[in-house]
Amino acid sequence: MSWIRITNAENIPLREGRSVRLGDDEIAIFNLGDRYVAVDNSCPHRGGPLCDGIVSGDTVVCPLHGWKISLETGAVLKPDVCVKVGTYPVTVEDGIIRVQYSKKKEEKAA
Amino acid sequence: MEELVIVGNGMAGVACLEQILSHAPKFNITVFGDETHANYNRILLSSVLAGERSADDITINSIDWYQRNNIGLRLGVRVSDIDPVERIVRGDDRSITQYDKLLLATGSNPFLPPISGLDKENVYTFRNLDDTRAILQAAAPGVKAVVIGGGLLGLEAARGLQARGCEVTVVHLLETLMNLQLDMTGGSYLQQKMEHLGVRVLTSRVTQRLLGNGKVEGLEFANGELLEADLVVIAAGIRPNAELGRKAGVTVNRGIVVNDHMETSDPRVFAVGECVEHRGQVYGLVAPLLEQGKVLAATITGNKGPKFEGWKPAAKLKVMGVDVFSAGEVEETPDTNAVRYEDPALGVYKKLIIRENRLTGVVLVGDASDSGRYVEWLRTNADLLVRRKSLLFPEPVPDHGQSVAEIPDGETVCGCMGVTKGTIINAIHEKGIRTLAQLKECTRASAGCGSCTNTCQQLLKAVAPEFEEETKKVLCGCLPFTQENLREIIHTQKLKSVQDVLDIYGNGVGCEICKPALSYLVDVVWCGEHAEDRSARFINDRVHANIQRDGTFSVVPRMRGGVTSPAELRRIADVAEKYKVKMVKVTGSQRIDLLGVNKADLPAIWAELGMPSGQAYTKGVRMVKTCVGTEFCRFGVQDAVHTGIELERRLENLYTPHKTKMGVTGCPRNCAEVTVKDIGLVGQEGSWQVVVGGAAGKHVRKADLLITVETTEDALNAAMLFFQYYRENANYLERTYDFVERLGIEKVRKETVYAAEKQKKALLRRLQKSKALSRDAWLERTRPVHPTQFVQIQPMEAYIQ
Repeated sequence: MSWIRITNAENIPLREGRSVRLGDDEIAIFNLGDRYVAVDNSCPHRGGPLCDGIVSGDTVVCPLHGWKISLETGAVLKPDVCVKVGTYPVTVEDGIIRVQYSKKKEEKAA
Repeated sequence: MEELVIVGNGMAGVACLEQILSHAPKFNITVFGDETHANYNRILLSSVLAGERSADDITINSIDWYQRNNIGLRLGVRVSDIDPVERIVRGDDRSITQYDKLLLATGSNPFLPPISGLDKENVYTFRNLDDTRAILQAAAPGVKAVVIGGGLLGLEAARGLQARGCEVTVVHLLETLMNLQLDMTGGSYLQQKMEHLGVRVLTSRVTQRLLGNGKVEGLEFANGELLEADLVVIAAGIRPNAELGRKAGVTVNRGIVVNDHMETSDPRVFAVGECVEHRGQVYGLVAPLLEQGKVLAATITGNKGPKFEGWKPAAKLKVMGVDVFSAGEVEETPDTNAVRYEDPALGVYKKLIIRENRLTGVVLVGDASDSGRYVEWLRTNADLLVRRKSLLFPEPVPDHGQSVAEIPDGETVCGCMGVTKGTIINAIHEKGIRTLAQLKECTRASAGCGSCTNTCQQLLKAVAPEFEEETKKVLCGCLPFTQENLREIIHTQKLKSVQDVLDIYGNGVGCEICKPALSYLVDVVWCGEHAEDRSARFINDRVHANIQRDGTFSVVPRMRGGVTSPAELRRIADVAEKYKVKMVKVTGSQRIDLLGVNKADLPAIWAELGMPSGQAYTKGVRMVKTCVGTEFCRFGVQDAVHTGIELERRLENLYTPHKTKMGVTGCPRNCAEVTVKDIGLVGQEGSWQVVVGGAAGKHVRKADLLITVETTEDALNAAMLFFQYYRENANYLERTYDFVERLGIEKVRKETVYAAEKQKKALLRRLQKSKALSRDAWLERTRPVHPTQFVQIQPMEAYIQ
């Protein structure tokens, strides 16, 4: 478990997401106004880029087929299926976003 | 090699010759033609007369073609005699040509009724190109033209003369027009049609004499009546030209008699075309003659086998504004049923003759759109028992929504989201779903293209115990207002951003449904003077490119009117190579799509293309598809290309409730397919039709006529009025075809083109204001709305796994 310095907080606009490549994986970091959150940047449905979705409260809607994913828990809220994406703790220190990231999502799910 | 001599250079002879050439070479071929023209399409003479085509346009085989195929062509030479014993033909140029095989394709002669004075000036038959040219010389606006003969050819000639500005009267011997192809009722419907088109029709008239001193001045009928005429065209039918058959010593009745293999009574002599009599029948229409040619070619080349077994006569009148079709028997007999449909006000008459559940004849006047179906039934001798109820109407389209019970549980109902009937029913039971919105929310069914919405509704009705029909069309659960209310709220409360609307009138959060809709609404209500919030936009509108299934994007530069240049194409090619674009594809809208582009490359690609955004990713002005129009096309009557480019310039960069596809076409042939566009301009001689609400998507809808106007500027204006009206009144994601259908075209007309001047000006003023504030979205390549708009963020430190 290591905290990785990612980018200046202002690089992620309000209620939008941006993707970041970490090793072989990509995560999506969102600016929810009062906090930042990070999830795997791949929709469990068809792998759509979640960073490009519309933010609705603390959820994001995948731009490909409209799956709705909780940015808090990673759970798929719509449709009614029992899958999750990985979520990662985020902090902002001195205006810099840090993400605690360690494992690939497959390992996490297992 | 044997010597084959063909007498006759018309359609049947040459069509047969082409077939002979497709077999193994066996002959030295010589063709005699008494006209001085190469072979041409005789059935198009009427369109030469009408000015739709030039004489060159109807040439089938040019002189080169004969040379390339080593055919000796003797144009302008009439064969005067045949000696079947010596096997020679004699030309009127005193030539003598030997033959091993002789093919007679001498066609027919115009029938000249017993009328005195046919030798006066300005009296013509209408049979060949020379006749046509002579008639054209004499035809001019205001000339009183009389066509004797109300058959197919006579009526075509009449419309052709009318197109030249003549005052035309058709004089027909019998009681009704086209009496060979139509029954009496059909003939009188046709007469009405012709009269509506401004052609005078006199039936039951026996012409006795042509009057005039040198030049024709009039006609005298047997009943003593007189009719003025400056020009007379005789189209009283044709007679097989069988004279050379007699000279060749073969059996001749009305025409040269042939058997099913197209052989005459002399094994060396063959005949094809209008000069032929087969099983007692003589043909004057082109389709059976081509069929005869095929059979004859097989026989004469030693491949005897195929047979010509007769043809059910079929005729289509090819004059503008008149739909007439006839095939097979036209009169009922005691052993047949006639199925009829008549609407005198519309001028539509249809009759089918049925014997033992099979179609044996059809007459269509006023609407021949179904002729293809009937020809097929005739050809295949189809059993019509199961179709008896829909013989005259389109067969009902099976509607799954009507019988949801028949759908198996495993069948996919929503093809976009892959939801089966079973899944939907389970969800209804387990989650207590009562509304379509809940069903959509829970299963995603009908959340894609929406074409299964009906089926989903039906399933809900059938399965859900407490089904509730949605009464008020609110946008979504985030704010309880209809779009109409929202426009009003945005306007009166002076709300300029999506977040303001959500904070004051909604739940403060919003979702993927209301946010893009509100983004559109604040833009259109404030004519572009709103506070843009990209987070409320779909990704396509954040980066001005269309997201693809793999998360890459597509780039479609604007090519106004579908017109590009070598320099643009070169730049497109360079960009495609440099950025390793995965696919370069021509789109359905006359543009070029670069697929598989990474988001980060978008700004550089736009810069290197140096072309504006084609808005292919957004609900906005997509493109204006055009045909080449008068610029190059020989049929064009309006300048489609420049009108289309102008229309595109006036509206581009604007946003609309849903995508807006447009088209401009330079003549009614409609090559740009504009009648299935949201807005289409159809060029006609001296006017434009402006049509709206067409669709060729999940369903097909023919556009409604908004208005017909004379000038290009008026047409553009009408299009702009409709465009702005649609922007201001349609619901977000409502295509023009749903919008026009919901309101009705009458209402749309009243509030756009027929609105009060003040209202129209206001519409245009708001359009201009929006337009002035709009700009090419791809300019954000140099002035992004946010520094990371297009970039993938690079972590400040490396991640070590």
